[in-house]
Amino acid sequence: MEWEIVIGLEVHVQLATKSKIFSGSSTTFGSKPNTQASALDLGMPGTLPTPNEEAFRQAIMFGLAINADIEKCSIFERKNYFYPDLPKGYQTTQLEKPIVRSGNIVIELSDGTRKSIRIHHAHLEEDAGKSLHEEFQEMTGIDFNRAGTPLIEIVSEPDLSSAEEATLFAKKLYGIVTSLGICDGEMAQGSMRFDVNVSIRKPGGTLGTRTETKNLNSFRFMEDAIDIEVQRQIDLIEDGKKVVQETRLFNGETKKSKSLRSKEEANDYRYFPCPDLLPVIIEDEYIEEIRRTLPELPEAKLKRFKEQYSLSNYDANILSSDQLLGQYFEVVAKKSGDAKIAANWILGELLARLNSTGLTITLCPIKSEDLAEMICRILDNTISGKMAKEVFDGMWKGDGNADSIISSRGLKQVSDSSVIESLVIHIIKINPNQVDDYLKAEEAKRSKMLGYFVGQVMKASKGQANPKQVNKILRGQLNKLINNIEL
Amino acid sequence: MSINHKEIMKLAELARIQLNDETIKETTKSITDVLCLIDQLGAEKTNDIQPMAHPTDAFQCLRADEVTESDQRQTFQNLAPLAENGLYLVPKVID
Repeated sequence: MEWEIVIGLEVHVQLATKSKIFSGSSTTFGSKPNTQASALDLGMPGTLPTPNEEAFRQAIMFGLAINADIEKCSIFERKNYFYPDLPKGYQTTQLEKPIVRSGNIVIELSDGTRKSIRIHHAHLEEDAGKSLHEEFQEMTGIDFNRAGTPLIEIVSEPDLSSAEEATLFAKKLYGIVTSLGICDGEMAQGSMRFDVNVSIRKPGGTLGTRTETKNLNSFRFMEDAIDIEVQRQIDLIEDGKKVVQETRLFNGETKKSKSLRSKEEANDYRYFPCPDLLPVIIEDEYIEEIRRTLPELPEAKLKRFKEQYSLSNYDANILSSDQLLGQYFEVVAKKSGDAKIAANWILGELLARLNSTGLTITLCPIKSEDLAEMICRILDNTISGKMAKEVFDGMWKGDGNADSIISSRGLKQVSDSSVIESLVIHIIKINPNQVDDYLKAEEAKRSKMLGYFVGQVMKASKGQANPKQVNKILRGQLNKLINNIEL
Repeated sequence: MSINHKEIMKLAELARIQLNDETIKETTKSITDVLCLIDQLGAEKTNDIQPMAHPTDAFQCLRADEVTESDQRQTFQNLAPLAENGLYLVPKVID
């Protein structure tokens, strides 16, 4: 049977503020446990929250970037539930009047069609602490450093109809928040986390019962979790069983999901306006000032990369979708003076290495300036493409910059035409049979046969001859033979 | 408008408080009294009135994004029933 998949996403994005949303504690990641948890973050009595203006500014930037409405009078509510990582017994969040409402994000599907995904709203809230279950027997350890880190929770309408679309949407969102500079994009550190709501229905039928899979912190996990959940629901219904409305947990390693709690016994959050916080008024002038200073967004960058650097849509799309990758590319392109080669190295060798080692561009061991320097050495014929791979490898391992690796390993390419010419003549002389075959062959076959001689010359030069020049000189010399000219 | 025994039990469970039969009766009555008071609002036309989020007319002041708090972990953990390796310890939470 054909099934239609209906997906909505809730995305938690940690904002890039220095301090927390309601207290002056630092938000630095990776500090010693509980050293960034103030009395307010710990829910101590007698403390009073004061919202961080920067969190509002960043939320508004996001709203403007997705063509949304900005709420002029925004309020905070308390969402009440008990969990040890939430010391106050409630999360301060927004419900009735979220800061951002009704936006949209356009994704481009693999067949080139564009689809607009509606954003229902995005609200400001505080993150919870972190529970560590592994370290202690019969006990759970709590670190409140994360408690109070500002988040925007972005809630999409159920407009996505496949795991692929959901991933495209999530990546687009990633590009927007990193380009705006409102999120550091460190997904492994939990800076962006996805909850996926999935249901299936017969095409055009009424919506099926949905489940929610929570806390997915990579695009791959999200895609896998959706695929698995869709199949689970199809199997259930085709077996004559029912989908139960529930929250599920997905294990990225085992690729299995399990029920966390069903909605019948679910928390009833008893939201009410937070009496500790007054309504926040946002003036039009303030919004306009933010609009004027918005940085370039991925959509505009894509267009610019295509025009300014003559990149293909595919290349430009990847390079513009991640702010830091785009920045890296532009440095390499400008310093090397050849955008196409810069794009090729970044999208080929560099991304492959980053992916296989699980590193992000921020942790890339090769600095953009060093990659540019290496490309300059290819362009000025100091090294061949093949040598460049060895230089790249050395830079990746931290052996130094391009020039120091080239000199320490003696990688200089021989571009002196008289040296190459004597090598070529030598190879022609010691291969009389192959030369004979070449001369007798038809023109069309000759280019193929040339490869043998190029290989021999390269070998004789210990890989250091400039392959382009070898090609050119070889052809010249062989042409002389064709025309009965003495070498 | 009134609230019944079952709803009070559910609220008590959500709020993690234990109520005995006597208290449930009492609580049911007092909350019903409050709800009746609220019912009186039904006599007025409130369609055009914005729901009130706060009883004062004041608006929230925001603070600049600056780190003003220093590490006071030791002071706070001295108050905690259990702490180890810098973490607060609670009975095992099973997910």
